[in-house]
Amino acid sequence: MGAALAMRLVVRVAQALDAERLIPITRAHVDSCLYHGQASLDFAQRLLDGGARVSVPTTLNVGSLDLLHPELWRGDPEHAERGRRLMEAYRALGCHATYTCAPYQLSDARPGLGEQVAWAESNAIVFANSVLGARTERYGDFTDIACAITGRAPNAGLHRTDARRAVLVLRLAADVPEALRDADALYPVLGIVVGRRAGSRVAALDGLPPGLSEDRLKAIGAAAASSGAVAMFHAVGSTPEAPTLEAALHGGQPEAVVEITIDELRAARDALSTADAVPGAPIGAVSLGTPHASVAELHHIVAELAGRRVHPDVELLVATSRGVLAAAEEAARRLQDAGAELLVDTCSYLGPILRPTPLPVMTDSAKWAYYAPGNIGARVVFASRRECVESAVRGRVWRDPALWGDA
Amino acid sequence: MNGHVLAPGTAAGEALVLDEPLSLWGGLDPNSGEIIDAHHPQHGAVVTGRVLVMPAARGSSSSSSVLAEAARVGTAPSAILLGEPDHILAVGAAVAEDLYGARIPIVVVDPRQLASIRAGQRLRIEGDGRIGPG
Repeated sequence: MGAALAMRLVVRVAQALDAERLIPITRAHVDSCLYHGQASLDFAQRLLDGGARVSVPTTLNVGSLDLLHPELWRGDPEHAERGRRLMEAYRALGCHATYTCAPYQLSDARPGLGEQVAWAESNAIVFANSVLGARTERYGDFTDIACAITGRAPNAGLHRTDARRAVLVLRLAADVPEALRDADALYPVLGIVVGRRAGSRVAALDGLPPGLSEDRLKAIGAAAASSGAVAMFHAVGSTPEAPTLEAALHGGQPEAVVEITIDELRAARDALSTADAVPGAPIGAVSLGTPHASVAELHHIVAELAGRRVHPDVELLVATSRGVLAAAEEAARRLQDAGAELLVDTCSYLGPILRPTPLPVMTDSAKWAYYAPGNIGARVVFASRRECVESAVRGRVWRDPALWGDA
Repeated sequence: MNGHVLAPGTAAGEALVLDEPLSLWGGLDPNSGEIIDAHHPQHGAVVTGRVLVMPAARGSSSSSSVLAEAARVGTAPSAILLGEPDHILAVGAAVAEDLYGARIPIVVVDPRQLASIRAGQRLRIEGDGRIGPG
């Protein structure tokens, strides 16, 4: 019964995508565990009552609340209870209680090159396709768990080799300073520009340093999937299907080659701030870890704190997964000793988690900056991670004047 | 006018024509049926009982949940006409029917024909994807 419903939904998606057949998948990542209303619970209960279980290893995306630190929830307890019940329901369907938007950071959840999977959550989709070379279409609520139960996905879109060809080349212009290319801060902003330029098309990014870290590629993808509908990009010299530009283009010609100039990047950076970002202005909070911080990023934050404490008037919130937290106990302890709060299982822009403040919130995440004003009414100052950490210590906006080479 | 059926059903209602694509997640309040995306040209319009006409769906894959929730509450549009296929909304409609018996037909229409639909025009959608005056 539950399995039949799941199959009906997969077939409905296949018809909408004009797929002629279904293909087997090896894994799934499910976003349906985030509460959007009673319908979320009714659907999960229908599957459970029908005896459905996932048939492939399945990870879970973030839910509404932090099950390990429930005291961080500041909203309606009834809403929290519904969110918790939904998170539990998906576990009962056989999914792993990972509750992270960055399942690719969990060593046993990473699909390999060419592996057919069904992933939901926009940043995870773009990471799976681009950085891991696994193959997934953009799946979402209901469809993700339906694929996990049936172990099938439509043979359409990015599951197929032809759809993975770059049709657009975005090249970093010569006026982008060398030092900025080596700074983490460039990559979320570049991602915003990629999303605007590419829309839903697959773009090849050229002119970037080779061998970009997974954290930088994560930042590009999360931002590009916020400002556009990007489900895959190629970073020439970094991602597995783009050892060369020719490989990313599958030997074909692009529709267009566009240069990304420093002016376009600076404008995109400035548009991510919705609050006055003058150095010295007081801030109320700093939110890091969207998508969830990796072990390496937790270590960077510890290093940037350099043994200092967070300013007493500022809440420094670092979001990560329970899996990464368990793998970085020492870094986590040092963050807490410095006065930072660690959040797992959810994200601070999804609900009432940050301490209410009339002051702006600083973030190093383009995705957080993009969604938090609408979702939780935050006024945002976008900055680099180092600027965020330094500002959290000082209680006021601190800027690195050299970073962007601004006049 | 004839279209490709993504979710079957018959419906009638006044056309609510959107000038830009809408993401239901973050864009539609399922409790009121109101368009809440402050950047959208039709911000403040109510979709309930209307034939929602839009060039494309946009954005979040959680829009299927919002459509199913709107169907549960009773604030959903009577039908959706799109200029290009969207599997997220198609699944939302399928779940709404399975859970609540609510049918929200979704039909993909040639974009030029879609553009000829005027706001407020009464439309009737047939189970085979035919669209005529309501």
